[in-house]
Amino acid sequence: MLDVAGLRVSFGAIEAVHGVSLRVRHGETHCLVGESGCGKSVTALAIMGLLARGARRRAERIGFDGTDLLALSDRGMGRLRGSRIGMIFQEPMTSLNPAYTVSSQLTEVYRRHRGGTRAAATERAAALLGRVGISAPGLRLGQFPHQLSGGLRQRVMIAMALMCDPDLLIADEPTTALDVTVQAGILRLLAALQAEMGLALLLITHDLGVVARVAHQVSVMYAGEVVESAPVAALFARPTHPYTQGLLASVPVPGKLRRGQPLDPIPGSVPRIPPDFVGCGFRERCRFAMPACAVAVPLRERAPGHSYLCQLTP
Amino acid sequence: MLRHLPTALGALIVGAALLAALFGPSLVPHDPFAQDLLRRLVPPAWLGGDAAHPLGTDQLGRDYLARLVYGARISLVIGVVAALTSGLIGITLGVLGGFFGGWVDDLVMFAITCRLSIPLILVALAVVSAVGSSLSVVVLTLGLLLWDRFAVVARTTTMQVRRLDYVAAAQAAGASGFHVLWREVLPNIAHHLVVVATLEVALAILLEAVLSFLGLGVPAPLPSWGLMIAEGRDYMFFEPWVIMVPGLSLFVLVLGINLLGDGLRDLLAASRDA
Amino acid sequence: MRRFILRRAILGVLVCMTVLVISFGLTRVAGDPALAVAGPQATAADVAAIRRAYGLDRPLPEQFFTWVGAVARGDLGRSYLFREPVANLIRARLPITLTLGLVGLGFALLIALPLGIVAALHEGTPTDRLVMLVALLGQAMPSFWLALLLIIGLGLRLQWLPISGIDDWTGYLLPGLVLAFSAIPALMRLTRSGMIDALGSDYIRTARAKGLSRASIVLKHAARNAAMPVVAIAAVQLGFMLGGSIVIESVFSLPGLGFLAWESISKNDFPVVQAVVLLLAVIYIALTLFADLLNAALDPRLRTG
Ligand SMILES: Nc1ncnc2c1ncn2[C@@H]1O[C@H](COP(=O)(O)OP(=O)(O)OP(=O)(O)O)[C@@H](O)[C@H]1O
Ligand SMILES: [Mg+2]
Repeated sequence: MLDVAGLRVSFGAIEAVHGVSLRVRHGETHCLVGESGCGKSVTALAIMGLLARGARRRAERIGFDGTDLLALSDRGMGRLRGSRIGMIFQEPMTSLNPAYTVSSQLTEVYRRHRGGTRAAATERAAALLGRVGISAPGLRLGQFPHQLSGGLRQRVMIAMALMCDPDLLIADEPTTALDVTVQAGILRLLAALQAEMGLALLLITHDLGVVARVAHQVSVMYAGEVVESAPVAALFARPTHPYTQGLLASVPVPGKLRRGQPLDPIPGSVPRIPPDFVGCGFRERCRFAMPACAVAVPLRERAPGHSYLCQLTP
Repeated sequence: MLRHLPTALGALIVGAALLAALFGPSLVPHDPFAQDLLRRLVPPAWLGGDAAHPLGTDQLGRDYLARLVYGARISLVIGVVAALTSGLIGITLGVLGGFFGGWVDDLVMFAITCRLSIPLILVALAVVSAVGSSLSVVVLTLGLLLWDRFAVVARTTTMQVRRLDYVAAAQAAGASGFHVLWREVLPNIAHHLVVVATLEVALAILLEAVLSFLGLGVPAPLPSWGLMIAEGRDYMFFEPWVIMVPGLSLFVLVLGINLLGDGLRDLLAASRDA
Repeated sequence: MRRFILRRAILGVLVCMTVLVISFGLTRVAGDPALAVAGPQATAADVAAIRRAYGLDRPLPEQFFTWVGAVARGDLGRSYLFREPVANLIRARLPITLTLGLVGLGFALLIALPLGIVAALHEGTPTDRLVMLVALLGQAMPSFWLALLLIIGLGLRLQWLPISGIDDWTGYLLPGLVLAFSAIPALMRLTRSGMIDALGSDYIRTARAKGLSRASIVLKHAARNAAMPVVAIAAVQLGFMLGGSIVIESVFSLPGLGFLAWESISKNDFPVVQAVVLLLAVIYIALTLFADLLNAALDPRLRTG
């Protein structure tokens, strides 16, 4: 469904993402995890072509369902965004336009891509609001974003992303900004919607508990790179990259992960990697670092679908 | 480099105007008040006039260049003195309101609202007309009227500075309010005020020209640029340069001051970010 | 919201009262108006008679309260010069100045909004700098000089537009355009900075993620939010423009409020001067209040919050 290879994004002299490869299959939930600042949001935005001005995106391949997104014009990309690829952002409080009603913001995306009457779009909006667990959708449709709580706004965002029945949904830490009590509900909703609508879901998260419960495939990011990618069971059973190992070791009882577990297990912090950096970005924090780590890092395959980026062999 | 071009241009213009105002009147060989009724409305040199009057002469045969540089002096004096006067009033009010808050601030806000609701040009005209037109009356009137932006900016920036740690610390350490204002607040808002000051100098120069143009500013025969334009009005259809020369000077000088002010703001913003 | 309006109304009344005092004081700071009315050939007896007729022999505070009382009843006094109630004069002149102000505001918005949006869309590029240079040029332009240039250029040489008087609506175009210049820089800057803020916001990213057209993103989503402060400033600028129309009206010989005020000032006709100052202040206060209300109407957060 989504096939990204060698994605690089730089802001002036810093390269926030260097060489990310990802594959999200049809109907699969793919979790992208990594600590704050490692480039998860930038990766998602780069796939959508929504990077801020001043950012530079290069990639070997960004394919979506057979379409080459790299070759697509902004207009062509616009036809996919909101209709075949939906996106939910990290900041529900500011992601809705304060000047327009919920109804107006929901229907405009539907009418843009699917056309039809306002009444039909409104009907669809009301139905989706109900589906994402908002009671009294009729009332909510007439309200403005500031009249909704954070959790409600995020549900509206989800409904908005689903208005046109997308094939792929990218959710960038959809619960980070919300109260812990609301987080569970939103995640359960996403998982249910994914299963029900057969969506491919690229879920960005901090939370290993979430990963254990909903993911099919997991990619672990560190300092702008995917250092390990594996089916969820394999990742938890046989974490191979030292960073992944550290990550999992920091969780109190292995196998019984708790939600809300913050992801900052290893001493030190994410370094800023200059663009001409070679070798492994993790080597300064790595227990197993060796001279070869400063030269090049091979991509190794441990099992079908389980690859990692390291000098070590399992 | 291109980014600093406007600022450099502004500095160049203002520098040139300062030099002209300082030394021009003694360098130009003509008296700006001496009439020569035989040589009236001589066009500037490039329009076929004579070399003795490079910018020509006015309707009374007075040398235009001499009047122009003398006019620069008037404009700059009025601009600077009016801005200083209004700065004193506006900054005092703004800093007091921003620093003490409460009813002091309410009072200051009230004063600003009153000032803004008074039609500026009209009141300036009325005052000058009532008191009698002279250079000092014009300066004072403008100074007493143009303080609103100073007050607004001083007030908001003081409010921001007051919340900073070291100001709070100085107050907690028992420094008197006045001491804190003088030593901690003012130096930290000064750069905003400098930018406002350039704007106000430019505005005062423009307003002086307006008042003089309407006949209630600097009295004739003083060569204010506004007055020169007013006097040239009767001849402008046949000799457009009589209003071009002073008008363009006014426009360029005000533009130069504004360019300089804008550049100053960017420079200060950049130096604080660094 | 109701509390807010009440507060603003009380403030407005207080400001009006202050302006009353100021505009009264303004006309009494110097000069004996009786002398001016009587003219140079008048005898001392004539002057004394005039003084008595207009109540100028009374103590100043008494004159003030008499005037305020009359104003409160809607009586603005009689003009010395036109020998006519001031209210009549104003009624005849105000529409001209209001029309001029609205035409000016129209021009200003028509020029400033697109330019501000274009600058914001090209923030930091040469286009942006060029547009901002236009704002600076406008700010430095002496309006009366620009008016004269336009009169020479458009009116006389090309004979496109009438250069003085208002025989029909075209008479407002040239003065309106000149008047607009004073408001353009502020409106343009505010539009630009508002648009830059809006364009960088999360909801614009959302709009892009929805695949909306560029026109819809810029004009519907960003401009709508950037418009709120611009509307407020536009109303305030209209107030300034009405006050500044005195210059334009005198250059283009438009018989509006400003022209009336200018004549009255030069002739010491102070009942008129007082009344015009007061009227312009009241209009300004009303406009700022209107701007706040309009803002509340435009911003759902203020309307329902
Ligand atoms: N517009 C930008 N300009 C410059 N640098 C940026 C920009 N956006 C992101 N970055 C940099 O890119 C890096 C990755 O940021 P990103 O937002 O992708 O992190 P993240 O993994 O999503 O973190 P979080 O979990 O906090 O959301 C950061 O170091 C950030 O400083
Ligand atoms: Mg992020």
